Amino acid sequence: MIEFVKGAFMLTGASLMLLASLGLLRMPDLLTRMHATTKASALGVILIMLAVALHFGEVAVVARAVAIIIFVVMTAPIAAHVIGRAGYFVGSKLWSGTVKDELKPNYDPFTHELKSGMEAQANVERRPQQHDLD
Amino acid sequence: MTGAIWNLLLALAWVVLSGNFSGLNLVMGLVLGYITMVLIEHQVESLAGYPARVPRILRFIGFFISELVLANLKVAYDILTPPWHMKPGVIALPLEARTELEITLVANLISLTPGTLSLDVSDDRKVLYIHAMFLDDEEELRRNLKEMECRALELFR
Repeated sequence: MIEFVKGAFMLTGASLMLLASLGLLRMPDLLTRMHATTKASALGVILIMLAVALHFGEVAVVARAVAIIIFVVMTAPIAAHVIGRAGYFVGSKLWSGTVKDELKPNYDPFTHELKSGMEAQANVERRPQQHDLD
Repeated sequence: MTGAIWNLLLALAWVVLSGNFSGLNLVMGLVLGYITMVLIEHQVESLAGYPARVPRILRFIGFFISELVLANLKVAYDILTPPWHMKPGVIALPLEARTELEITLVANLISLTPGTLSLDVSDDRKVLYIHAMFLDDEEELRRNLKEMECRALELFR
């Protein structure tokens, strides 16, 4: 029974990694590539580590496998976010099939100011600021 | 927080006293410690709220894993089939989370689920900009993201 579980984890983990690399090749732009690579491979690592933990079943190995899972879950989304954000603001082109972009009108490339589009109610009680003088 | 530390201390006491230093016994100790704390919750003020929080965290982890697997299947299907079914786009999601820690957690959870990637938070910390892969049904997507945010915030409040 446990053999089957281990095998299933290993196989799905490995095929998720394969999918991630296929996605890296096939996807049309940077942001969709980040979607394909980071998350599928993170889930792949998690599954393979679970299989490792089940196979050895010793405290030392299980503890390390759990530690690897925690570190991957902590770091993968941050890496994806930082690369995607840097790529977007540097100006990498979005795919032609992109249907909407609500960030662009709110972003000022000269001051790097990113508005929320909800300033209307905040402006009412806004105090005069330094740059209002000139 | 004090609740979690006491739970761990009780588990360690169980492991030391029963003399069986294995991972399984530590889990046993954690469970027994938790049961003890449920029983004495009414008498000890500093523990209030901890017993209710643990099942909430466990439920959240279960909910999150199911979301993760479902969304992964969707992305995998789109990678494998030649025509593109996806409709990517950047949407602005108003945030309920207020403190830096909450925003970080919510943004990370959104980044972890395939199909959504948090790009940036606005300067006044009110809106999170998200790149989503499947915008066929924007309302549905917004509802799902909101539900995940609410569930995550429940763990803190």
